[in-house]
Amino acid sequence: MTWFNAILQGILLGGFYALFACGLSLLFGVMGIINLAHGDFAVIAGYVAVVLVPSTHLPMVLGFLVVVPIFALGGYILQRTLFQSALNRGDPLTILLVTFGLSIITENSLLQAFSANGQSINIGSLIADSINPNNVISISDISLVVLIVAVVVLGTLQLVLSRTSIGRMIRAVADDREAAELVGINHRHVFGIAAAIALATVALAGLASGMITEFAPSTGTSNLLFAFEAVVIGGIGSLWGTLVGGIVLGVAQQIGAQINPAYQILAGHVVFLAVLAVRSRGLFAVREAA
Amino acid sequence: MTDALLEVAELTVHHGQLCAVDRVSFALEPGETYAIIGANGAGKSTLMRSIVGIHPPTSGRIVLAGEDVTAVPTVERLARGLALVPEGRRLFPSLSVEENLKVGTLRARPGPFDLQRVYELFPWMPERRKQRAARLSGGEQQAVAIGRALVANPRVLLLDELSLGLAPVVVQRIYGILPELLANSVTILLVEQDVSQAMRVAGRVHCLLEGKTTLEGRPAELERADIEAAYFGVRPGPAEPVSQ
Amino acid sequence: MSAAGELLAPSAIDGTGFTVRRAARSSGWLLGFAAALVVLLAFMPALVSHGDTSLLVNVFVLLTISTMWNLLAGYAGLVSIGQQAFIGLGAYSVVVAAINGMEPFTVIPVAAVVCGVISIPVAALVFRTRGGYFAIATWVVASAAQLVISSITSIGGGTGHPVPGLSSLAPGEFANISYWSALAVVVVALAATYLLLRSRLGLVLAAVRDNEDAARAAGTRVTLARGVVFVLAAIGCGAAGALLAVTQLQVEPVAAFSVQWSAEIIFVTLIGGMGTIEGPILGTVIYFVLQQNLAQHGAWYLIIVGTVAVAVAIWFPRGLWGTVTRRLRFEFFPVRYQVVGPRPQDSGSPT
Repeated sequence: MTWFNAILQGILLGGFYALFACGLSLLFGVMGIINLAHGDFAVIAGYVAVVLVPSTHLPMVLGFLVVVPIFALGGYILQRTLFQSALNRGDPLTILLVTFGLSIITENSLLQAFSANGQSINIGSLIADSINPNNVISISDISLVVLIVAVVVLGTLQLVLSRTSIGRMIRAVADDREAAELVGINHRHVFGIAAAIALATVALAGLASGMITEFAPSTGTSNLLFAFEAVVIGGIGSLWGTLVGGIVLGVAQQIGAQINPAYQILAGHVVFLAVLAVRSRGLFAVREAA
Repeated sequence: MTDALLEVAELTVHHGQLCAVDRVSFALEPGETYAIIGANGAGKSTLMRSIVGIHPPTSGRIVLAGEDVTAVPTVERLARGLALVPEGRRLFPSLSVEENLKVGTLRARPGPFDLQRVYELFPWMPERRKQRAARLSGGEQQAVAIGRALVANPRVLLLDELSLGLAPVVVQRIYGILPELLANSVTILLVEQDVSQAMRVAGRVHCLLEGKTTLEGRPAELERADIEAAYFGVRPGPAEPVSQ
Repeated sequence: MSAAGELLAPSAIDGTGFTVRRAARSSGWLLGFAAALVVLLAFMPALVSHGDTSLLVNVFVLLTISTMWNLLAGYAGLVSIGQQAFIGLGAYSVVVAAINGMEPFTVIPVAAVVCGVISIPVAALVFRTRGGYFAIATWVVASAAQLVISSITSIGGGTGHPVPGLSSLAPGEFANISYWSALAVVVVALAATYLLLRSRLGLVLAAVRDNEDAARAAGTRVTLARGVVFVLAAIGCGAAGALLAVTQLQVEPVAAFSVQWSAEIIFVTLIGGMGTIEGPILGTVIYFVLQQNLAQHGAWYLIIVGTVAVAVAIWFPRGLWGTVTRRLRFEFFPVRYQVVGPRPQDSGSPT
């Protein structure tokens, strides 16, 4: 039963990783951007909520409604300005250096503004509530909510990508930018939209992280590696793959922790490297890695 | 020639230092099929890419239906009626056949071609419309690439090296649909390495050699020796040195 | 002396008036200048304080690992975010050897070789991936290495372990030996990189960088060439890690395997200019100048570092050295072939 609980906790954790990794997967899959500032963007979302919600006396849900659109808009603007000029250089290392610089700037600006102390988003009693079918298994309500949000977000995005006109445009641009220009698609605008979606999901992930646990300016980098692992395990170009990748990683970590708490993260790494050894493009890759 | 549909005037295009297209001019009459011929590296594809705006010219003008489009971005040129079927087809490999065609309709002009019409032109297509483009054979991909350009209802359809890498029988089938396009008043500008193919389908041919115009005329009125000279840069008799 | 220029005799391209050459004659002088600089640096302990030499040790360490990363990313196209794996393993090799009674300074080359050996199976795994996946895979390997080392209690587990066997040295003596060891490591790293790039392997790497498919088609063993570079970079980073262990007397897994190393390496190399030997040198100098002048401002210093990174990436995509040489057509360490035209306005080889 303890093992079953470990798997269950792993799935819940995986939901969070998947939500976190979703935007990373989009940026990487569509533009080939390895966004080293991804984790830091999520932390910004947490701080925005921490500042916004008490000062405006808005209920938390309305906080979401404000933070997520701000991030979407910010994502579009960031892509059309800084990221696009980096992409225009034609060297993937340029964008790597830019996101790396942004990561340092973000982390240290937050440090300057909010100190290194941990913060969390106050969600009242929800943080303590849990479902306890027996004395071993305990499912925290907020983790379950995050998992459901992750499934809904990834599922919706997968539908948007596969069924709508904008989704086709995003996939077309990811396949071949120049050919997309030839059929009248402005790839810069489409990149902007993809970045807007990515940043909106980052905001959700940051808010989720702030509700599940504490966050501090340096939290972003530590979550980033797990998010990358989820993306790579799942494979580029498939958001369902990212969800599966997150869950595989979460379950591996929880089973590792069950063996020995010191092995939690290592177990995740071992599974990641094993997936690479067997299927170097990830489990559900649609396309070659950028 | 004020009634020309597409006029290319003194167009010069560089690849870095290299002059790939050197002061090339021609004009397309509405409804005609015009072929650019020339050896590998003569500047044909660069010329086509420049006309649709992917490769900006160094100098010269491109005029579509009396309007100067030289500075118009690629995506807008499609909306004004210039569609290119690029060399190598360049389908979106992870999109299905139908999705490739649908993407082509994003900036479509009103006109006779839609998905249904393309499916009629290529009867094999409807039942394979859910298949990913990457899974198609070269000839099938070429057909989808033409379909993707056609659904935009271009005034001028630019076809770059349709026959490249395809078996002769497949090439014949692909070229077999040209009369159908002409019947719908699509003007065609094509690039072809295969001279005899170009001669069969084009009303006029234009030969490039190292980026320069060496010949222009109607196939019936051209001497074989003149074409060879224009194509290879040598003619029997007083020889002109050929550099690679 | 123009020995550098004669390694490959200039060869004329028939009938064109163009010749291919590698080194300008001035570069021979500059190589001599570099040698003189090394001699001068060797006498530094007599000229400056121990505080300054210990700063220079850090400079040499960062320059060594950046030079290795430059070889990987700039020449072999392998963008790694996991070189800290070998820095950490190099450091811990010294710890293990010293616990077993070996003399820490003399172990540095051994630690480097150990890292080279470990890198072979690592390469077998991470070479299954390309591009962004490769970067992430190397990062995961480094993180996994840290976690494995942290779980071994006999070498200190998560809290780290001191390096024994150094207490017999007098403080001044220790500082001097540390400095000379660091100087030796960085000089060997730079010289090896220079010679490697002028060797057949360097030619292979240049061919692969220009057009990988063509290089493969021409029978080049691309993966082997990359593998050799990966192992050499591991050796260099292992030596740097061993050096850190010895000079800091203490090794902690979190610091030794920190991804912060990769951050510094990427900053230094890309700011200076990737794909040139001089780039990381210039980048390291800039990094330490910023650090020495701004570090007391804490977070603001790092905000400035981040801003510099973004600005250079956008406005000087070739890095600062790359921008300078492009303007002046000058190389300190000539490893590239140049086409020298008969006319003064020739534009060089297309890139």
